[in-house]
Amino acid sequence: MFLREMGIVPGGEADRSSASGHASLTNLSPHLARRGFLGGSGVFVLGLTLAGCNSYVEPEVDADAFDLGDPGASPLTEVKGGDATPSLWIAIEEDGTVKITCHRSEMGQQVWTSMAQIVADELEADWDKVAIVQAEGHERYGDQNTDGSRSVRYNFHRLRTAGAAMRQMLTQAAALFWEVDASQCTAEAGLIRNTDSGETLSYGNLAELAAKLPVPAEDAVTLKEPEEWRFIGKEVPSLTIPKITRGEGEFGIDVDVPDMVYAVIARPPQVFGRVGSVDETAALAVPGVLQTVRLPDPSPPALFQPMGGVAVIAKDTWAAIQGRNALKLGWRDGPNAAYDSDAFGEALRATSRREGTVRRSRGDVDAGLGAAAKTITAEYYAPHLTQSPMEPPSGTARWTDDRLECWGCVQDPQETRNALSEALGIDKEKITVTPTWLGGAFGRKSKPDFMIEAALLAKEVGKPVKVTWTREDDVRHGFYHAVSAQRMEAGLDESGNCTSYLHRTTFPSISSTFANGVTSPSAGELGLGATDVPFAIPNLRVESGEARGHVRTGWLRSVCNVFHAFAVQSFAGELAHAAGKDQKDYLLELIGPDRIIDPASEGAEYGNYGGSSEEYPIETARLKAVVNKAADMAGWGRQLPDRHGLGIAVHRSFLAYVATVVEVEVSPEGDLAIPGVWVALDAGTVINPRHVRAQMEGGTLYGLSNALYGEITAKNGAIVQDNFPSWRLMKMAEAPRAFEVEIIRSNKPPAGVGEPGTPPAAPALANAIFAATGTRLRTLPLIGARGSRLPLSSETNADTQIA
Amino acid sequence: MAIKLKINGQEQPVDAAPGTPLLWVLRDHLKMTGTKFGCGVAQCGACTVHIDGTPTRSCVLPHDSLEGAEITTIEGIEGRAAEAIREVWIEDNVPQCGYCQSGQIMAATALIAENANPSDAEIDAAMTNLCRCATYMSIRRAIKKAASKV
Repeated sequence: MFLREMGIVPGGEADRSSASGHASLTNLSPHLARRGFLGGSGVFVLGLTLAGCNSYVEPEVDADAFDLGDPGASPLTEVKGGDATPSLWIAIEEDGTVKITCHRSEMGQQVWTSMAQIVADELEADWDKVAIVQAEGHERYGDQNTDGSRSVRYNFHRLRTAGAAMRQMLTQAAALFWEVDASQCTAEAGLIRNTDSGETLSYGNLAELAAKLPVPAEDAVTLKEPEEWRFIGKEVPSLTIPKITRGEGEFGIDVDVPDMVYAVIARPPQVFGRVGSVDETAALAVPGVLQTVRLPDPSPPALFQPMGGVAVIAKDTWAAIQGRNALKLGWRDGPNAAYDSDAFGEALRATSRREGTVRRSRGDVDAGLGAAAKTITAEYYAPHLTQSPMEPPSGTARWTDDRLECWGCVQDPQETRNALSEALGIDKEKITVTPTWLGGAFGRKSKPDFMIEAALLAKEVGKPVKVTWTREDDVRHGFYHAVSAQRMEAGLDESGNCTSYLHRTTFPSISSTFANGVTSPSAGELGLGATDVPFAIPNLRVESGEARGHVRTGWLRSVCNVFHAFAVQSFAGELAHAAGKDQKDYLLELIGPDRIIDPASEGAEYGNYGGSSEEYPIETARLKAVVNKAADMAGWGRQLPDRHGLGIAVHRSFLAYVATVVEVEVSPEGDLAIPGVWVALDAGTVINPRHVRAQMEGGTLYGLSNALYGEITAKNGAIVQDNFPSWRLMKMAEAPRAFEVEIIRSNKPPAGVGEPGTPPAAPALANAIFAATGTRLRTLPLIGARGSRLPLSSETNADTQIA
Repeated sequence: MAIKLKINGQEQPVDAAPGTPLLWVLRDHLKMTGTKFGCGVAQCGACTVHIDGTPTRSCVLPHDSLEGAEITTIEGIEGRAAEAIREVWIEDNVPQCGYCQSGQIMAATALIAENANPSDAEIDAAMTNLCRCATYMSIRRAIKKAASKV
């Protein structure tokens, strides 16, 4: 069919019935029947003339004309990062369209484009012919949890390998066709060229034959040298943005299935609170409301279970919302009924003043503090936060007999499938989960409770159901960033050098969401900015305190790095002030000489974001390089206008090194403006600098917005905030006026970029405010949901305690 | 009882409950999902459409108050300002996740259609839409670039 559409004129009478119009490698049977060579008729002539070669007409490659035997199993199923078998990732259609499977979720980090860049580069594809296929959740793709800033670093090698292997198979196919040696054939932008004759064959034409060839072994796959890259490291245009500008992207909330009904759920205000009385009379009288459904009550631990409640099913979302408003529900208290986040915060502060559990130690901190010329103590507090993607959670489920299909904005379709299997009691082979685009995620959408709700309701209602979370649901029933209190103590010698350092961190662990009785943070959480502290201080100790969870605690963009970097990097600024030295110079002194930090050698259980210590060591030279770069960009040391200040912070997270300088202007009354922000990043090999700059802007403002305005509180076990603006986000008018990003050029292995921009933002801001005003702010949020000014005279933000 | 709404130049019969906001009529009844739900209380601007050319939050706008009005959505917005905005949005990779961008584009298009050289203050005043990806700086730069093309 396709040949006819293209105006291709057959040049012979070969049997066309076997040549499908869709030479998808993924559809290739592993047991291809051996076929005899069909005389001399295996060649068609394509009615296409190639640019610059007017007399050349590309012959059609008839794969059926080649008897190649069984290609055997792929030898690339276990390369570094997972399965690199080309057919898993690449399907080339007859028209030359290169369909690349993206197994990660697209949520604004441009992963569709960057995954395609990696494959297409090694494949030598024509970028204009690249299309993306979103993978459903399945183990065959390896890790699909689009979380932890790891899509590129986990997949860089294997996707390059898959692309290169496919290129070699296409090259080999052309060599077979031309009956020449493969070394005489080169791949270039979707064509194989015969370097001797100048003839070319297009990938679409070669695909079916290439698919019959054996996949090369890993040591026979030749990856390009970095200087040969055409897409990797280049500002390749986005594959998603053109659709976005026309409103054509399909997000979770946009899913539409025939005969679908709409659900909105009234959930208990407290985690593990329960429905008491239900009067649904008024709800059922709302036009468009079809029925109500009582959801099962969950039991601790929370895991990814739905939180129960009563669902209203309706003919449209608005009717469901109106029906929910009309429900008369009585709630029964659960085990978290007494939770008051303010009182809990005070308890955390008290814990942070007591000796904790040692998680990393070198030298003798107590002796060092005793011998110090000056000691400095500071306490930092950061509240619960919520991820608040602009698209609230939404899931759609359809049952067909005992099979379940789900679509929605999930960060981890495999875990979603596992959780559905567990919750519904069906084999996961009967479940498909296909991610849509995600309208932001930031960690919220790696928790698939909303998809389980949809599946439960669809089963009960007997129709496909779309569950929509309203903004109130998102704010009140989330998986919250942990509230934290931290105490820092340091000793300085006569010259102001820091000789002792104690960091005590207390916060409820994410693990408390997944297991009962957890009261202590995990080593993984402490490795996010506490136990991996890179300071060259002879006596150093990191401790953790006990804390219970009372809400569902979950990960949020850069997780514990947010509050750890706030404390550690603010404290670095405080120490500089106590020592009478420049912030940036003192920060570099704290980091000390070029070396590799090994927290494990000092008793820390350290996971290094899943990266090996050989490939991704903690390198102080790279930290210092980004500090110096950001300072240069900001014109550190320049004469500033009155009431302006510069603040700097540096933090390594997700294997990337980021330094941030913030300039603030603060009026005597506390009005804040941010004239500029400068960010320097070393993330090793970068796939697309545009994406990385966007992640630095977005990650930094995520940090600034939360630090200035973000606060979730609880009273009587229930979240107090409900919607914008009681849950407040930064707006355009509050955003920095200028923002510059520099990416350190590097061929080191790729690091994460989605999250590392966030941690240094808040401490750089606090350090800048101190520089401008002399007031040290240690309690977040700095302004809050209702405030308009910084609390320059607040008691909780008194001067550093120096003894 | 069905009423007729004029959306992107076409009369469309709509049979939704009285008082249903335009947002849900567009999304659930007409399957025009380019206009997004973000808050339901006219705070975030993800649901911005044009009513007779004026950017308006459709999540609190009863559809049955709009008979005779010219409703324009992201799917139908045309003209030099809209084309300039789309072009620069693509050229400069303005969106990240894209979810709020329908609303941002509707607001930005209205701004530069009226003001060929908007100042920072004018952009701040016109662009009150929330973006959690924080594309604000990119949007500000892009509005200035697009305005210069109109």
